[in-house]
Amino acid sequence: MPRKQIHLAAHFPGVNNTTVWSDPKAGSHVEFSSFAHFAQTAERAKFDFLFLAEGLRLREQGGEIYDLDVVGRPDTFTILTALAAVTERLGLTGTINSTFNEPYEVARQFASLDHLSDGRAAWNVVTSWDAFTGENFRRGGFLPQDERYSRAKEFLTTASELFDSWHGDEIVADRASGTFLRDAQAGAFVHQGQHFDISGQFNVPRSPQGRPVIFQAGDSDEGREFAASSADAIFSRYSALKEGQAFYTDVKGRLARHGRTPDQLLILPAATFVLGESDAEAAELAREVRRQQVSGATAIKHLEFVWNRDLSGYDPDGPLPDIDPDLGEHTIARGRAQVRMYRDPLATAREWRERAAANKWSIRDLVIETGNRQSFVGSPATVAETIDDFVQADAADGFILVPHITPGGLDVFADTVVPLLQERGVYRTEYEGSTLRDHLGLTEPSALEAGTRRVAS
Amino acid sequence: MSSSSLLPSSTPALHLAVALDGAGWHPAAWREQVSRPRELFTARYWADLVQEAERGLLDFVTIEDGLGPQSSHFTEPDTRTDQVRGRLDAVLIAARVAPLTRHIGLVPTVVATHTEPFHISKAIATLDYVSSGRAGLRVQVSARRNEAAHFGRRTFPALRIEDLDSPEVKELTGDLFDEAADHIEVVRRLWDSWEDDAEIRDVATGRFIDRDKLHYIDFEGRHFSVKGPSITPRPPQGQPVVSALAHQSVPFQLVARSTDIGFVTPHDADQARAVVDEIRAAQAAAGRADEPLHVFGDLVVFLDDDPAAAAARRERLDGLAGYTYTSDARIFTGNPAQLANLLQELQLAGLTGFRLRPGVVGHDLPAITQGLVPELQRRGGFRSEYEADTLRGLLGLTRPANRYAATATV
Repeated sequence: MPRKQIHLAAHFPGVNNTTVWSDPKAGSHVEFSSFAHFAQTAERAKFDFLFLAEGLRLREQGGEIYDLDVVGRPDTFTILTALAAVTERLGLTGTINSTFNEPYEVARQFASLDHLSDGRAAWNVVTSWDAFTGENFRRGGFLPQDERYSRAKEFLTTASELFDSWHGDEIVADRASGTFLRDAQAGAFVHQGQHFDISGQFNVPRSPQGRPVIFQAGDSDEGREFAASSADAIFSRYSALKEGQAFYTDVKGRLARHGRTPDQLLILPAATFVLGESDAEAAELAREVRRQQVSGATAIKHLEFVWNRDLSGYDPDGPLPDIDPDLGEHTIARGRAQVRMYRDPLATAREWRERAAANKWSIRDLVIETGNRQSFVGSPATVAETIDDFVQADAADGFILVPHITPGGLDVFADTVVPLLQERGVYRTEYEGSTLRDHLGLTEPSALEAGTRRVAS
Repeated sequence: MSSSSLLPSSTPALHLAVALDGAGWHPAAWREQVSRPRELFTARYWADLVQEAERGLLDFVTIEDGLGPQSSHFTEPDTRTDQVRGRLDAVLIAARVAPLTRHIGLVPTVVATHTEPFHISKAIATLDYVSSGRAGLRVQVSARRNEAAHFGRRTFPALRIEDLDSPEVKELTGDLFDEAADHIEVVRRLWDSWEDDAEIRDVATGRFIDRDKLHYIDFEGRHFSVKGPSITPRPPQGQPVVSALAHQSVPFQLVARSTDIGFVTPHDADQARAVVDEIRAAQAAAGRADEPLHVFGDLVVFLDDDPAAAAARRERLDGLAGYTYTSDARIFTGNPAQLANLLQELQLAGLTGFRLRPGVVGHDLPAITQGLVPELQRRGGFRSEYEADTLRGLLGLTRPANRYAATATV
């Protein structure tokens, strides 16, 4: 059996404590030159795509804007489209919220990005419902939590109807006869549903990829089901071998129920890395990076995610609090997805106290050990082998790498690990195609299929 | 204000922009041999146009947009198949050409009626970052029923052009422009919601930002409330350039209160004087008399070295379209010297610049950059090289202080 080819992508360092801003090498996270450097490195390494996350309200903790991590980022569509001008093949994946946007506008923006990048657009569809973020938008915090996937699904369905409302053969542009459009009804659509009741004509002709590639990042059962039914790729958080294999098996196993085959959904976990000349050097470096990522102040703030209490009086180098978490509504940290990971704070607190006591860990040690272990640590040879092993063992189809330094953190991976993967014959030495769908080995949604999916015309 | 003495040499240089829209503003423009109708949805096409405008040292380009198909009808969609239909998002076109240009301003159209001011503010701020300080926006409202149905949030009554002065229509347009004013207010406050030195990267205290230099904007209006701050730091220009097209008193108020540039459509010097007087009076009433506010005249242009050729071209295009093309703006046909004469005459009436709408962009844009611009330069009426790196700089606007900064920075 031939070895699986590895897919690699690059996540621009985000507004969280994975990103080390205190390092002298850390550059701007907003200036275009940083994005251009990062994208061009990814393209030099023949990566499938660049990935951008998004958050639509600055995070707060204890009633104040959170100031310990990188804060601030550019508009996703605008920066991705500008990057299309300084790259030629690299896919451009943007995280866009289905709650605080409208399908007509988002479909226009993705179709425009796909045209302006010659077929390199992808959309990571995320949902949110919180009134906190809603305070920045017309619609406000209107969405009950249990409706967020129903709105996301209908948003994506509606956007797909808009993408498919042009079939690709409408523009004739025949000067002699004066026929620009074959059909005056090009782009006609009607959508009536629980969340959207819209109709009219979409005004962007069919783009090179037909539709953007669709990513999904949710991890709940609903999120996995949404991905199995509608996504081309999953941005998952299981970069460890066993968890990765379990997730991979689970999600790929859901595809048949939706009439899809395993190769129609790629599983791409986020992965961090630290490289050194030797494994020992990399391990030492990784330890230092973790101390940079989790300062004492950061450790206390992260503990508050679970405790839901002001813990500012605790010593980060001391033991964990004896008091139990506040089980009321989570009020201490706002605008953060990870507080939802702790579904049973009492149990988490108990487990953490036991682990800390057994290992003689301080608060800071515990936060480092539970949250900030890098996915791949070692020499280039070790990391290349590990990544290859993980992919061949069906823990993933590849990885979305998250460097901890902006914008140069990807350079060393491109220069040292990528050539080794190429030598192993598991990674491309040149782009074979021009669109992101080509890079990912996905087929273009056909106009015929598109036609049958249209609600009405 | 507008001196009547005819001394062109004493008038300041005028500002020049072009308005880009598909193959050009004439509905049959795409049928000309020089046009590239099959490339209207490609990056190369737009890059070529904006680079040509930059070779001509123009202040900026505007890019038309709309949240529905183009139409020959005033308020309703049509069923024509003989004109260009479909367009790309204007902000994204501007973003795509920004890294390929260095001096020219980029001013995409944004429809305030259906968009989120929070998204628009960070999009234009980001355009300002990717262009190193050359971003602006042109705010537009939409009362089109079909566009409202694309969003499903509100409905508008059917409008007829002959009802423009009816009380119902006046109330509707007043409401739409009030909303646009709120939209601009939110966009502007969000640009200022980060002070310039908010990012401190203080390793000693572990703080990336000084949170006291980030500000809630706490805007509450009839159509939306926005808390802030923006997720995007203050853009390089501080405040990118805001512009709007205006034809009557209600939008003149918007121009006077909220913008840096108003585009107006006088057909002669007397009309220009009247429009400028009204806007300047409204500007003073809004307490902005001391602030620079440009008033640009919009003109559709068909430009050839031989004036007869320009007129014949327009006639031929009307023949292809099947009707006589008319416009809100004056339609000029003639040669560069005649156009330069007209622009300088209108400048003396109080206009500070012009936004030219090329009849056929493939023909009339190079005629502007290679014909009109050298003619104006010979008269000392236009720059011979770019004198600034930002759009505000080209327009003579200083970088404004931040409204939220506690004390004036020295």
